[in-house]
Parts: sequence; C-alpha cells; structure tokens
Amino acid sequence: MRESARRPLWTVLWSWDALVIVALVLVIAVGTSTIDGVGTPRFYRFVVLEAIPIALIALPLTLVIITGEIDLSVASTVGLTCCVLGQLWHAGVTSLPLLVVLSLLLGAVLGALNGVFVTVFGLPSLAVTIGTLAFYRGLAYVVLGDRAVADYPVSWTRRMISPIPHTTIPWFVFVVGALALVFGILLYATPVGRALYAIGNNDVAAGFSGIAVLRTKFWLFVATGACSALAGVFWTFRFASARADNATGLELSVIAAVLLGGVSIFGGRGGLVGVLAAVALLGVLRNALQLADVPANDLTIVTGSLLILSVVGPNLARQARDRLRRRRPIPALERTQ
Amino acid sequence: MKVSARVAGTAVLAALTLALTSCADDSTGGGTPTGTNGGGSSSAAAGTIKSGLKIAFLPKQVNNPYFDTSDNKGGKVAVGEFGGSYTETGPSEASPSAQVSYINTLSQQGTDVIVVSANDKDAICGALTEAKSQGAKIVTYDSDTKPECRDLFINQASTEGIAKSQIKLISDAVGPAGGEIAILSATANATNQNAWIAAMKTELQKPEYAKLKLVATVYGDDQDEKSFQEAQGLLQAHPNLKGIISPTTVGVAAAARYLSGSAYKGKVALTGLGTPNQMRQYVKDGTCQAFALWNPADLGYLAAYAGGALASGLITGKEGDTFTAGKLGKFTVGANGEVLLGDPFTFDKSNIDQFDF
Repeated sequence: MRESARRPLWTVLWSWDALVIVALVLVIAVGTSTIDGVGTPRFYRFVVLEAIPIALIALPLTLVIITGEIDLSVASTVGLTCCVLGQLWHAGVTSLPLLVVLSLLLGAVLGALNGVFVTVFGLPSLAVTIGTLAFYRGLAYVVLGDRAVADYPVSWTRRMISPIPHTTIPWFVFVVGALALVFGILLYATPVGRALYAIGNNDVAAGFSGIAVLRTKFWLFVATGACSALAGVFWTFRFASARADNATGLELSVIAAVLLGGVSIFGGRGGLVGVLAAVALLGVLRNALQLADVPANDLTIVTGSLLILSVVGPNLARQARDRLRRRRPIPALERTQ
Repeated sequence: MKVSARVAGTAVLAALTLALTSCADDSTGGGTPTGTNGGGSSSAAAGTIKSGLKIAFLPKQVNNPYFDTSDNKGGKVAVGEFGGSYTETGPSEASPSAQVSYINTLSQQGTDVIVVSANDKDAICGALTEAKSQGAKIVTYDSDTKPECRDLFINQASTEGIAKSQIKLISDAVGPAGGEIAILSATANATNQNAWIAAMKTELQKPEYAKLKLVATVYGDDQDEKSFQEAQGLLQAHPNLKGIISPTTVGVAAAARYLSGSAYKGKVALTGLGTPNQMRQYVKDGTCQAFALWNPADLGYLAAYAGGALASGLITGKEGDTFTAGKLGKFTVGANGEVLLGDPFTFDKSNIDQFDF
C-alpha cells in the first residue's frame, strides 16, 4: 500500500523539478537571443553573486519545510550575524578564520533557539520564527544601532567575490556546491532524508515508527541558523558593509525559491534539485527583466505570479491526476455490467 | 545664396534656443532655490555637452514622489535639453543590495552616466567602482557614497544649512518659551538624515536655542504608516512635547496627518523637509507653520547636467572645475567633488501655492 502510494508522488515531484529546469533553460535561451546583455559572462557573474546568499539559506530551509516547519527568521539571522561580525572586527578581532567561526557559532545558537522553542516547548515554528524575525533584527540594531562597519581590508572584500581563474563566476559557488552535495546526500541517500519526508507527511506516525522527530527538527533549525550566518559573512564582505538592516526581506526571496522549487509548504514533498533550479530561475529572470528595462513594480508582479503558480501548479496537477485515476476505472466497470 | 541660407539656419536655431531657454525659465516659477552663482550663458555650455549620452537615474526607490519629481521633472528635462537619452530605473524597496543589482544592470547596458542616490554609502561602492571601470561616470545626488566611489556629488543643501534652517523653523514655531522637541527621521542608517541630525544637535548648543530640549529621535523608515505610528508614539511618550522636526518628506507628511487629526493640532509645532503638494493642506489648516526643502526638480536637473559635462570631458570632477547647468547657471565643484545646489527654501502660507511638486 505504501509503495503504491509513493510512486505517483515521486513522478509528480520529478516532473515539477524537470519543469523548473526546462523553464530555466527557456528563460536563458529566450533572454540571450532577445535581450542585450543576457547570457554574457558578466551577466552570469552578477546572477551568481545575487543567488549565493539565497542558495545558502535555501539548502537547509528546504529540509525544514519538507518536515512541515518554517523558519522566517533567516534574514534577521543574516542581519544580526553581519552586525556581530562587524562589531567584532571593529573591536579588534582581525583573524578572518576566527571571525568566520564565531559567526557560524552565533548562527547555530540563533538557530538552536528557534529549535528549542519549536521542539522543547512544542510551539508552532511559524509563530516562533515570526517572533525571532523581529527579535534578531532588534538585536542587530542593539549591536550596531545606526552605525555601519565598513572598513574591512580590501583584500578580504575583494577575495570574497573574486572569480574562479579564467572565468567570471565567483569562487564562492564551490562553497554553495559543497553544501548542496552534503544536504543532497543527506536528503536523497540516507535514512535521515527518508525520515524528513515521513515527518512532513505525518510526524505523529513518524514518531511511532521510531524516527527521532524532535531531535531531527532541532538540528535542522541549527543548520539553517549556521547557513544563514554563512550567508551573513558573505553578505558583509560582498557589500563591504555591516549594518543592522542588512538582508531585510531576504527570507521572502528564499522561501519563494523553495516553494517555486516544488517544496510543499505543508511538508512532505519536494527536493533540492528543484529548489536550486528555482534559485537560478528567479535570479536569471530578475536580471534579464532588469536588463530589458522592466520596471521594479512589474518585476514584483512577475515574481509574485510565479510564486502563486508554484503553489497552485503542483496541487492542480495532483488533483487532475487523482481525478483521472479515479475516473478511469468507472467506465471499465460500466462496460462489464 | 549659400551664406544667406546658413545665416537663416543659424537664426532659426538661435530662435529655437531662445524659445527653449525662456520656456525653461518660465517653468521654474518664482523663488525656487537656485544655484549659488546664477547667470552664465546656458546655450553655449549646453551645446558642448555631447548629444546621445545614455543617462540613467537610479533613485533610492521608485514610487517615491520626491524622486519622481527630481528625476522625471528635473533630470529628464535636462537630458532632453542636451539631446541625451534618459531612463529612470530602480528597486521598489529602498535596499542597498537591490540597488547594487540595478547598478550592475546599468553597467551591462553601457550607460554613460549613472545618477544615483545611495541607500548605503559603503554597500554600493563595489558595484559603482566596477561600473566606473566599464566607462560609466557616476554622479550621486540626494544621498552620497564614499567620495572615491563616484565622480561628483550633487548636494541639495549643505548639512549645516539644513540644520540651521530646521532648528530656526522649529524655534520660531514653538515660540520664545521653548520646550521639548523630538526628531522623526527616516531609516536609522540613512547617510544624509544622520548627518543632518548630528548638525541639528550642534546647532541646538547655541545660546539662542537654550530653551529647546531634544528628548527623542525616532525612525519611521520612510514608510507612511510607521511614521504615523512613531509620531503618535512620540506624543504618548512625551506629553510635554512642544515640537517635532521631521527632516524627511514621508515623515513630515505622516506626522502632519496625525497632528491635524488629533487634539495636539496647533499645540504641538511641526516642521521638517516636505514637499508643497503633501504639506499644502496642513500649512493651510495651521498644523504646520512653515517647512523647508530645496526644489528636487532642480536637483535632478543639475545632476543630469553635471553627468553630461563629465561624460563629455568638459570637467573631471576635481575641485574648481566649473560647468553650466542650463537654466540654473554656472556651478563650481567644491572640495571632495561636491556641487552645492543652494540654500534650503522655506515654504509657508504666503508662498506655498506657487509650487506644484
């Protein structure tokens, strides 16, 4: 019974992943042939630079959403990490590795706090992370106030966005790639990955089948915090500016990418392939439309429509499929009668 | 025959130029803040700016009436006068990272001049430097970046000039008895806001303002609702408040709307930097006696001419360079590559109906 229920589900997922990838290829092809500047090496450089922080956070957040939870505090975690990093540098911590390690630790702690509220106190993650969204942003203003820390060594800021030799693509994609590999293996090739879907579909049942539901969720929040902090480190040095309002609103871009990537907001469905393709799709689309002089207001409409489509699309497809499957046997029955 | 045809042609051109210039003069209206050194032969300098320059305005955000005026009613006019192609583009939210994305786009499009109001003086520097290396000239207006990231900054008014005018206006409005005042600012990180607030604090040290006491600075993030709530919050937190200064167009209009509909109308004075269209009814109903601003259309106009002069090689942006900005006359580049538009202009009951922006 379980096997037969699972197979059509995977077909739907696979087809959505494929759909996003096809859309990405189409947008690149159409954009390159019709819009000046799309498809050039510089174009990809700018797209990748913009996509890096979104992809970094989307990786763990995909797993969080698959378990049926959400983390809205990610952008505030980025902002707070930027501020603490800036303040530490300002206070005389001049070792880059130490700064990065401290930032990641901070991110993990911020994620753990979300995790504790959700798993120990059993509160809904939506409510918890709306709270920490405001709380972490508030802390960021406590740390830096209206100041900005921007006097980092030029070698650091330049190195953060420097390209892979002989290309225009920033080397930081390797970091994203490595993390994608880790999360990908975790999701697709380990029992933990299976468990995530089970939790997302029915966490009570998953618990009874021996899955450590709460512990799994807790560590996913920690991972999300740490990855958001890494995005914060990237953000700080890419823009050479740590300010309390860094990355405000980024959570919406990340969640948009995750949902467009085919992950169900109700949990239990989706995967990283679609999400990474969606991050690329949104980045390419946005930059291409900007190059085509599409005004910002229309751009938000395009992104919004895509998002609605991504939520409605898979649901409609599933309903249509279910209806077809239910209908087919009926004429057969009638014929036998 | 040939000669007389050329003479006739020149005469027609001259007549057209005259007509254009006089039109432009008419549209300024009376008493707008203009350049420090008026006069100068506009047609001669305008002719020397290359035609066909691609000039792009990148405001802090689109959908903002202030930037709509500066760009579409100032910059666009100027670019049209010297025969360039004008565009305005920008993010719908005032964020530095979104602005960086637009700078990259403009750089890829081969824009000759990027006229930008910085959301963060540091964060957009890298992108501007990259655009510069691709051949674009960078002019900042309204809100500056670090000086090394741009060629010129068109300063709407000096920090001291604004601080002086704001404190003078609130002092006049509160009256000789003085009392508690507060500031309703935009975002906590806005470069220009913070410079003005710091200068206002210095100005308040003067003996003639000894009776004014600054009790709070709050931030409305240039959002109407938030600014409205912050104004409300100020009066709840400080019942003895006598006056509010809001040096941002969104903030002062929101504060005026709150005060005019509350019991504090006429009792709590309000001033700030606002636009005549937003403030007209509140000046007339007595909520706000007087407020100040420069003419944003002139700011955009001057920025466009400065960009045109840079891209045509007429100036390099070094101190002492002079250029002519059409109807506004001649301007000189000051220290740090700054060009000053002029002193802030005070709007009150007597003159507000002469303005429409």
